[in-house]
Parts: sequence; C-alpha cells; structure tokens
Amino acid sequence: MTFAPHANADGSATMQQGLTTVSATVFGSREPRAQSRGMLLHDRAFLSVEVGEAAWAQQGGSKRSRGDKRLTEIAAAIRDTFEPVVMLQLYPRTEISVYVQVLGSDGGILSTAINATTLALIDAGVAMADYITSLSIGLHLTQPLLDLSGPEESDIPHLVVACLPATGKITLATLETRIHVDRFEEMLDVGVEGCRVLHMEMQAEVRQRTTTIVERMQMGQGSTAAVAA
Amino acid sequence: MLQIKTVLPIPLFHSSDASSSYTKQRHHPDVQSDIDMDMDEPSYNYAELDPEESGALERQITTPGEVVTSAKEFMRGHGTLLDASGENVVATVAGTVERVNKLVSVKSVKSSDLVYYKVKERRSTSEFPGGMNEGSLTRERKREMERRKVESDALKMREFLAEGDLLVAEVQSTEGMIQLHTRSLKYGKLRNGQLTIVPASLIRRLKSHFYTLPPPCGPQGVDVILGVNGYIWVCLGSGSGGDKERTQGSGGTTDGFDNELVYSDKNDIIPPPSRQAISRVCALIQTFARYSIPLTETLLMSAYEWCRHNGLEETGVVLSRALEKQLLEEIVGIVDTDE
Repeated sequence: MTFAPHANADGSATMQQGLTTVSATVFGSREPRAQSRGMLLHDRAFLSVEVGEAAWAQQGGSKRSRGDKRLTEIAAAIRDTFEPVVMLQLYPRTEISVYVQVLGSDGGILSTAINATTLALIDAGVAMADYITSLSIGLHLTQPLLDLSGPEESDIPHLVVACLPATGKITLATLETRIHVDRFEEMLDVGVEGCRVLHMEMQAEVRQRTTTIVERMQMGQGSTAAVAA
Repeated sequence: MLQIKTVLPIPLFHSSDASSSYTKQRHHPDVQSDIDMDMDEPSYNYAELDPEESGALERQITTPGEVVTSAKEFMRGHGTLLDASGENVVATVAGTVERVNKLVSVKSVKSSDLVYYKVKERRSTSEFPGGMNEGSLTRERKREMERRKVESDALKMREFLAEGDLLVAEVQSTEGMIQLHTRSLKYGKLRNGQLTIVPASLIRRLKSHFYTLPPPCGPQGVDVILGVNGYIWVCLGSGSGGDKERTQGSGGTTDGFDNELVYSDKNDIIPPPSRQAISRVCALIQTFARYSIPLTETLLMSAYEWCRHNGLEETGVVLSRALEKQLLEEIVGIVDTDE
C-alpha cells in the first residue's frame, strides 16, 4: 500500500495484492467537468469512475482499449460499491472522480481496485461512513480459497465480496458461476472474515500516514518559530 | 465562454473559529517534544473517554469508520457520523479528533474543519474551473462578471480581464455568488512569474499572504503570493520601492488607481538569474508540498539560503533525492523515514 504516488491529485493510492497492482487517483469534490455536467445532482455529489489498464498488465497480449466492456463493468461495480458509503450529500453539486489504473494484473483486479479506491478516497479527505475492503474467494471442491491469482481465477468458481468491516455489511457480491447455496454461505463468511483482516492492515497504514502528516504540519510550525527566534 | 483564474491572497473567512483552531494547535517548542512523544503511543480506547477531562481528545488520530466516542456524552460535529445503533460517534475522515466542550469533531488532514472545507472547495471549484489551462466559467462567476460589467464600462470589460487571465483578488462574499475585488494596487493581474499549485491545506492563514524574498534570492528578489486555495504565484520582485515605482511607471493614472498597470498583461524583461531564482523557489515549494510541510516565508527564505550556502546556485533547480533529504533534515528538522 502506498499513498499519494500522484502529487497532482487530491488523493491517490496504490495497492498491491500478490502480483496485481492497481493505482487509484481521486479528484474532488470538484466542479463537474464540462462533459459530465449533465450528471450534476443538486443535493449531492456524483461519483464518476474510469478504469484503464496498462498495456503491459494485460494477459495474453490481447489489446484492450478504454471502452472495453470488461473494464466498464469494473468501473460500474466500483461506482455502485462506493455510492452508499461515500457521504455524497455533504458535497452537493460536485463531482468526485475516481481514476483506476491497473498496473499489473494477476487476478482479483476488481477487489484490488476497490481497496485502492478506498485508500485514495481517504487520502483525498472525502467523508466516508467506513472503509470498504474487498477480496475474491474461490471454491476448490468444498474448500473456500482467499485472494485468487490469475490462473486460479480462470479455473475455479469465484466470488468477489466487498464489505464494510465495522458492521459486516456487504456492498458487493458478484459470482459468475453456479455454486451450491451452502457453499456460497461458507464462502461469504470466509470472505467477510478476510475483509476484516484486510481492514486492520489498511487502517494501520492510514493511521501511520495521518500521524506522519500531522507531525509534519506541527514540525513546520516548530521550525519556523526556531528560525524566527 | 469566459475563463478567469485567480490567486487569492486573503482568507475568505475571518471567523474567530478558523483562526482559533490554529492557535489551539500551536505549542511551545519545549512542550512540543512531549506532545510528539505522546503521539507515538497509539491509544485505541476511544470509547472510554472521560467527558470531564478536557483536551484529552486533542490530537488523537482516527480513520473513517472508527468509533470516536459515545454519542450519549458527546455531540457530534463535522467529520463524524452516528453509527447504525445510534450509540457511538464514528469518524468519516482520517484526521485528528478535536473537541470543544461536548462537541466532538474530526479535522481531516487534507482540509480544515468541514464548514471551512465547503467554502474552500466552493472557491476552488467555482473559480478555478478545470485546471491551469482550460475550463469554463461557472454561473457564479458569470453573474459576477455581469455585475461588474454594469458597474464599469461594459464594453471595456473584455479589455480589462480576458479569458484565461490569472489574477489575484480578495474574496469579499460568497453568498449566492462570489465577489472578487481588486481594491488596491496589490491586487490585479499576475505577470512576471510562474504559477505553482499545492494542496490548500498547506497554506496557513496569515496576516499577509504577500511575501518578498529579498535580493540574495535573485538580483531583484522574488515575490511570493500564497493564495488560500493553494495556488501560489512566484514572480519577479518589485523591489523595496516597488509600489512607488509602479505608480510612477506609466501614465493614465486616474484617482490613484492605475488601470493600465493593474490590467496589464505584458511581462517585463526578466534577467536569467531572476528566472532561475523564481524557478528555484517554485521547486522548493513543490518539495515542501510533497512532504506536506506548511509553507511560510521564513521556511522558504531559509531553504533558499541553504541552497546558496551549499553552492547549488549553478546546478539545476530540481534537487536530487539525497539533497532533498538533506534539506528537509537541516531546515525542517525531519528525518525522512517513509516513501
């Protein structure tokens, strides 16, 4: 987890899970750009999410463009995940834009992107009710597996879960294959447990970063006083 | 479409709240080290805060979703939320917990408290549409232009302020629309310099946001205008008697308000050493911004002096990683650990 790799953005973060690396950049809340002015809401902000994938991150050498259906789907999933949690009503008539860039892909792009977006939003100082952490859960025979890699993801049924760790509420659960209901429940439980662990890690990181910034703010003051004296 | 960009030197809000939040955080250097030490020990028992013990919450760090305190004893302020059970106050931003009597709020590191944030945000969104290069005028701004058009000569308005102009002005009100005033020679169009943008939280509210770094910093010195929106204009110093010179400089003075000068957008001839000084100051500002160190005049001055002292005059303005570290250690006093 790295904060603020992009100095020009309001908030940014890079998240690495296994070999998957995703960088998220947040701008906002800001005046809606000209092309998205139509989406402006009078009582709250709107989220716009764009997902891109670096050329070297693509597997199998197939070329994907910005309009790729899979990437738009990921963008829509991220937007739907964050809309209930980000306190949009605090920023009326503005836009919060999230740009997600996949820098390395080895499975679990969506969950890594969600985690990166959470960190970037926190870095930008956008008010959120809670963290959102996300993980992919696979099923091998009857055994649930956490955080799948690329080859694993393509071979076994998998579920992506995003939840609010504090309450255990689930904001996103996508499954692309059929599995037994009993197995599903088991997977969900394991997934939420995994999200909690991830939350602890992210929280520690955010806390450390915030402490550093607060310290620096204070130190700047201290040293000026010393220089002046 | 009109487009005008502004660097604002004067804080919009003169409320006592905004200024007191700074004084509250300031400590004597002797005490400072104790406080920093206290911060090192993470304390997680937020729920067990004693409401009687005033100031205990100060400087505690929270992140979103963390329980700050019990809702029974405290009122929730900005940056907080009641949780689902309605029993606990939960933080919504990462920052420090602040407390005034029984009102608990969380102050984000990226912005000051939320009311101020909105105003600031409003300022940056409505007056700096897009970025440096492109954007469009918002409704507020248009109205303001119209108002001014009525007041002054409507036909001449374009001559004074055109699209894409960068100007420094005072914000006098934000009710419904934003009113900008360039009421003295200090304000007006910006020229002879370079714009650099930092997060707005790094600009402290001060008595004056106009600084002059005196002559060792370039032959004529360098002027720095810190806009409260994080826009910083670094330009050629007008010298000590600059204002006088400026008024005498050109004709067409009416009522002591020189239109030609205020609305001029022609750059003076800037000698290379001055150009280098300007870009060095910009580079230093960016360096400090990267490490989230709040900017002050003395800090910039000592940093520039440090560069001179270390014989960096002739080298490029962008510091290497090692030099950057050295600068931070010697001038600001922090040892870089992360990143």
